[in-house]
Amino acid sequence: MAPVADPKSKRYDRQLRIWGTHGQQRLESCCICLLNCGPTGSETLKNLVLGGIASFTIVDGGKVEARDLGNNFLVSASSLGEPRAKVVTELLQELNESVSGSYVEEVPEVLIADNPAFFSGFDLVIATQMREQDAVALDAICRATGRARLLLVRSYGLVGYLRASLPEHRIVESKPDSQLDDLRLNAPWPELSAFAASFPLEQLDEVAHAHVPYVVLLLQAAERWRGSHGGALPASGADKSAFKAAVGSMRRTADGVPLPSENFDEALKAAFHVWTPYSIPSEVRALLADDAASLGGGGGGGGGSGLGPGSDDFWILVAALQAFVEAEGGGCLPLEGSIPDMHATTDLYLRLAAVYRDKAERDTAAVAGHVRRLLAAAGRPADSIPADTIKSYCRHARHLRCVRYRTLAEETAPDTARGGALAAALAAGGGGFLGPTDAPPGSSDAALYVLLRAADRFFAQTGRYPGDGAGDPADDVPLLRQAAQQVGGGREGGGRGRRVAVAVAVAVAGQGRAGQGGAGQDGSTAACGLRLRRRDEASVRARSHARSFHSSNGPMPTASAAATSPSHHVCAPRCTAPPPQVLIDTGVVPGGAGGGSASGGGFNPRKSPDSSSGSGAAAAAAVSEDLIAEFCRFGAAELHVIAAFMGGVGAQEAIKLVTRQFVPLAGSLLYNAMAATTTVLEL
Amino acid sequence: MDTIDVSNLNRQFLFRMKDVGQPKATVAAERINARVPGVKVTPHFGRIEDQPADWYRSFSLIVLGLDSLEARRYMNSVVCGFLEYDDEGQPDLGSVKPMVDGGTEGFKGHARVILPGHTPCFECTLWLFPPQTKFPLCTLAETPRSPAHCIEYAHLILWGQVRPGEEFDTDNEEHMKWVYDKAAERAKQYGIPGVTFQLTQGVVKNIIPAIASTNAIISAQCVLEALKTLTCFSTGLDNYMMYVGSTGLYTHTAKYEKDPACPVCSAGVPLEVDPDATLQQFIDQLLADPALGKLLAAPSVSYGSTNLYGRGVFEAETRPNLARRLTELLGGGAAAEGAVLTVNDKKLRGPLRVRLRLGSGMSG
Repeated sequence: MAPVADPKSKRYDRQLRIWGTHGQQRLESCCICLLNCGPTGSETLKNLVLGGIASFTIVDGGKVEARDLGNNFLVSASSLGEPRAKVVTELLQELNESVSGSYVEEVPEVLIADNPAFFSGFDLVIATQMREQDAVALDAICRATGRARLLLVRSYGLVGYLRASLPEHRIVESKPDSQLDDLRLNAPWPELSAFAASFPLEQLDEVAHAHVPYVVLLLQAAERWRGSHGGALPASGADKSAFKAAVGSMRRTADGVPLPSENFDEALKAAFHVWTPYSIPSEVRALLADDAASLGGGGGGGGGSGLGPGSDDFWILVAALQAFVEAEGGGCLPLEGSIPDMHATTDLYLRLAAVYRDKAERDTAAVAGHVRRLLAAAGRPADSIPADTIKSYCRHARHLRCVRYRTLAEETAPDTARGGALAAALAAGGGGFLGPTDAPPGSSDAALYVLLRAADRFFAQTGRYPGDGAGDPADDVPLLRQAAQQVGGGREGGGRGRRVAVAVAVAVAGQGRAGQGGAGQDGSTAACGLRLRRRDEASVRARSHARSFHSSNGPMPTASAAATSPSHHVCAPRCTAPPPQVLIDTGVVPGGAGGGSASGGGFNPRKSPDSSSGSGAAAAAAVSEDLIAEFCRFGAAELHVIAAFMGGVGAQEAIKLVTRQFVPLAGSLLYNAMAATTTVLEL
Repeated sequence: MDTIDVSNLNRQFLFRMKDVGQPKATVAAERINARVPGVKVTPHFGRIEDQPADWYRSFSLIVLGLDSLEARRYMNSVVCGFLEYDDEGQPDLGSVKPMVDGGTEGFKGHARVILPGHTPCFECTLWLFPPQTKFPLCTLAETPRSPAHCIEYAHLILWGQVRPGEEFDTDNEEHMKWVYDKAAERAKQYGIPGVTFQLTQGVVKNIIPAIASTNAIISAQCVLEALKTLTCFSTGLDNYMMYVGSTGLYTHTAKYEKDPACPVCSAGVPLEVDPDATLQQFIDQLLADPALGKLLAAPSVSYGSTNLYGRGVFEAETRPNLARRLTELLGGGAAAEGAVLTVNDKKLRGPLRVRLRLGSGMSG
């Protein structure tokens, strides 16, 4: 073995410790296409180039303009007027000589419309700053390639959006942050029981006694408990306490006082293993029952679903695991085979580790038998899945995952959209202007989702984004509100919609006072007071900073408006608008022509708090007027700081999809930079 | 004080291969100055402790990109040292130096805003930093079970025995190779699999895995909060955001609470004193206090602008006060109850404020 690392493993050392050489190999063979290289796209790709992807191709139709210099670190002042795709490609290549970059000077929407075959050459297409309509088309194209996975990333004012789209993503190494050790102390196999029984605890000298692994202590105590409880293990709280006391009583004593010993301390902490029955995690149970891993009705026949010659190895292995669970496993997955460190002598620890390892190897061999059988049934060579792969699946069996993504068309078309889920998310609150706990009604992170889609509709109607015109951003509020009304939603039946509507009304009523107080300008709450004080103090400084911040970022009404009138962003609720049609389309509100003051179905349209008092009158629409106004103030600005955040999230998700390690987001991510919150909507 | 290492290049977009070995601060400043017209970044290649505390006062805001709890506690004590309270115990806004902090590990990270006197400081929330796991020496010496045990044996025990007087340098390849060889030998002797050079480096240098994407996320959040604090263009983070990207995406934004007894940032650490105690007895009590005593070596005490007991040039002048009763020095029991005394000490980087509570008078 060469102990001193080669240059590449030195360079990538800090990430190899996360995803290993096999993860790195996947990254290094990945070809990525980036659509639009504004700051969001450039920052996303920057993180991936540093990590060492194989190649990238940038598609962008723009030239470097002065405004790019203020929000994109990957263009330079000397390249004004040059193709943006070319400039970003060159500067990205500086970061990592082993990555090859190329570019196409073209507007992505044109490629989507005219040359869908272009996208089949990539493993991952990262589409940034793309409107809904084009994203839907691109999603269909990418799925049709059978290869390209799609990742949408967007920065819009103080909001970020991300969504992956691919038929399904299968993960063997999901690497959960915390996991329970697979010790099987509740139902030990014969060899483990025999090993535990082989220790004559009473006869051991003091040092040996203090070095018996806790697994052995617990198994002996459990065996004794079974003997005196008709074969049963501790069940009630009293049982468990008694069991722990029994374990404690096995300690050596001096003059009647128990001696401190680490192995017994560990045993007491791990005692729950004894009474916790083995169970297969619910996600894995769902996988084992998945149609894709079923043998089909006709016993190996070629049905539409189920295993067949074209099945991915993942599903063959899942089917083999299912067969193992039903046969040799006796309801359990293969043993993981590793044990945590525990107080013990080297020899005892290694012997115990061997007992676990041997059992894991036997389990793997049994699974391998099922794999061979299934491969043969599918008409494939019996050794077409390598032994190492089978071993890896067995070791990670408890953490196998599969994420399936709806198409963007399904998510957005009125007849398939999940209006009920959106309504629930809108009602749940969270995020908004004032943070997760004191968000006024209608400013949840889900409302950001509605408004992003509304902004695209606004664009389709006017050829520009709200607030991005020559006039006052506030002038665009009515049209954006109207666009929000047009955002399609699912029609899931009147009954369901009505139930959701009631829930919304209840939630809103409960939030009423907090919403008013938090959004008011009197600073009556402690949190608000702090904010106001901070603003006063900082507003002096803000004047000097705001100018450079504004001018270096091109058109950015967000920063300029806020900096010159610091109180603007904490708007008093002032709306008397009709409920947006989106509520009706999504089934949040019972249908009613033109909105207005709907009533009856448990839902109160938003009323001005000025004209009413008490919590009952504080009902609000699912998208607050303040948030609509804030969206207009954004002017669709692509701020570098938001782009940098989203570029980081985009790269994380890309890495998860490419390395097939860790678990990617399963839905649409909304990043609310105002409140520093995120929400994932599965729609 | 750090220089650029090859292993930085997987996540540092300001550094190139040719910069390896150069000071990080210098190269980063040059790159930014060259790329962004109108911005002037001044590099300081040195330790954070090298600058006088007042130097930090000259900035509007301080962003921490530190890699250890110790360094964070140091900057925290500097910044909280600027903090002043008014007579009602409210922080003087002019003395509040905002600080933004971020850190990452793998797919996880955090960003937080510290407004001394308003939000918790690092010292208030030390529990957020989990204690490092250290192996007992007897395990390393007698019952090694894991590859890490073998590595730490070579690093912590064998090195000193075989190469006495020689300081182990984590950046010296020969040193690292030596530890690896000895660890591998020991692992072979005990039949423990899994000692590799990569693991040896990881264990010995306590390497935290790091990737460009997570750093981008956390640094962006830090910058965002810095911009919010300076320009008020949107509501600020109050006061902690945790980011976990390893399983889906989960963030937790929390408003942590200040510790009212924080010795670094609170308006006054409550301390019960005997009404009959002399100033000397009060000082002795401070030094014996389990929480405060370890912060102090030779405290001086003042009340408002009155120097009750000073060191150095004031010592002779204030020495007679030591024998006087504290309550008397403060103008009677009513005035002393709730009074905030300021304790200074060469071990402290900022004043320690102590709020008096008069006890029942049982002199011990």
